[in-house]
Amino acid sequence: MTGGEVGTGEAIVFWVSGTLAVIGALGMVISRKAVHSALFIALTMVNLAILYVANAAPFLGMVQIIVYTGAVMMLFLFVLMVVGVDSSDSLIETIKGQRVAGLLLGIGFSILLVAGIGNGLMETSSVGLDAANAAQGGNVEGLAALMFGPYLIAFEVTAALLITAAMGAMILTHRERWMPRRTQRELSQERFASGGHPGQLPPPGVYARHNAVDTPALLPDGSTSDLSIPEPLRAREDVRDVDQADIEEVRQLSAGSSSTEGEDR
Amino acid sequence: MNPANYVLLSALLFSIGAIGVLVRRNAIIVFMSVELMLNAANLAFVAFARMNGNLDGQVVAFFVMVVAAAEVVVGLAIIVTIFRTRRSASIDEPNLLKY
Repeated sequence: MTGGEVGTGEAIVFWVSGTLAVIGALGMVISRKAVHSALFIALTMVNLAILYVANAAPFLGMVQIIVYTGAVMMLFLFVLMVVGVDSSDSLIETIKGQRVAGLLLGIGFSILLVAGIGNGLMETSSVGLDAANAAQGGNVEGLAALMFGPYLIAFEVTAALLITAAMGAMILTHRERWMPRRTQRELSQERFASGGHPGQLPPPGVYARHNAVDTPALLPDGSTSDLSIPEPLRAREDVRDVDQADIEEVRQLSAGSSSTEGEDR
Repeated sequence: MNPANYVLLSALLFSIGAIGVLVRRNAIIVFMSVELMLNAANLAFVAFARMNGNLDGQVVAFFVMVVAAAEVVVGLAIIVTIFRTRRSASIDEPNLLKY
């Protein structure tokens, strides 16, 4: 697998994963919804990880899955949720003919690249990574020896870059508070000062036969409370009449006849 | 099959990413296309490392991944900031930078 030449098994892996990767890339460009694009490019990235492993880079394959499909794609989906899932492309072209020109340019570029590489590289032989991996005892050990040896400065600069990026993200998404935060006391005073109904509204009436929201609540004096009916039902005058027997019972109860309690029911 | 096929695949993916950057107008999809181009470059690095028989290409691919992660963080933060002020994720909208 880590040899210079490609065996049959690796060729099968290449054609399957490579095809899936290209399908994912095309789907990412073509699909109209941004969420579909994100899922397609996740497919591409997983297949690229498989190709890395097939190319004697197991460490990079794992990093690809963890960093790209794990962290980066989650970040993309998170921002998609913030920005709005249904934010699709506008079909208006700001620059006339830009879409067609971009497509032609891209196709021409791809033909140029593929033809050039096909001409230049197809005759080359491949050394393979067996010797390079064995020199340090394995792929990860070999990468570590390089990274903490000749590439140490680059590695350290990478740390600075990551910290700067984290700082930049925090500063860019930070929202300045223009007014002091309102305390609970101020909120409560505001609620009472406006003269509205400060507490919660009375709930609709609930009786043995009706527990629908269009049943008004009975007040102790036998009248019904308009506030207990939701506003739209009240506006449509879709209020259910209260049974006369219920009103009578409430009147009896409020008259203080404690002897009737618990007898009829 | 020759390992150069990996480089061909990487060229194909890179071109598709370039087409995405040129054609699409949604900032997030343009960003995904840039990610695809970085990934294609990584695949080329890995394939070249194997063809040349040393691990330097894999180290460079690793650094590209780190830089891409940092780039995604800052770029998405910029997109969120622009969306907050303009209520749009289209890259045609923020043209007031030129004034």
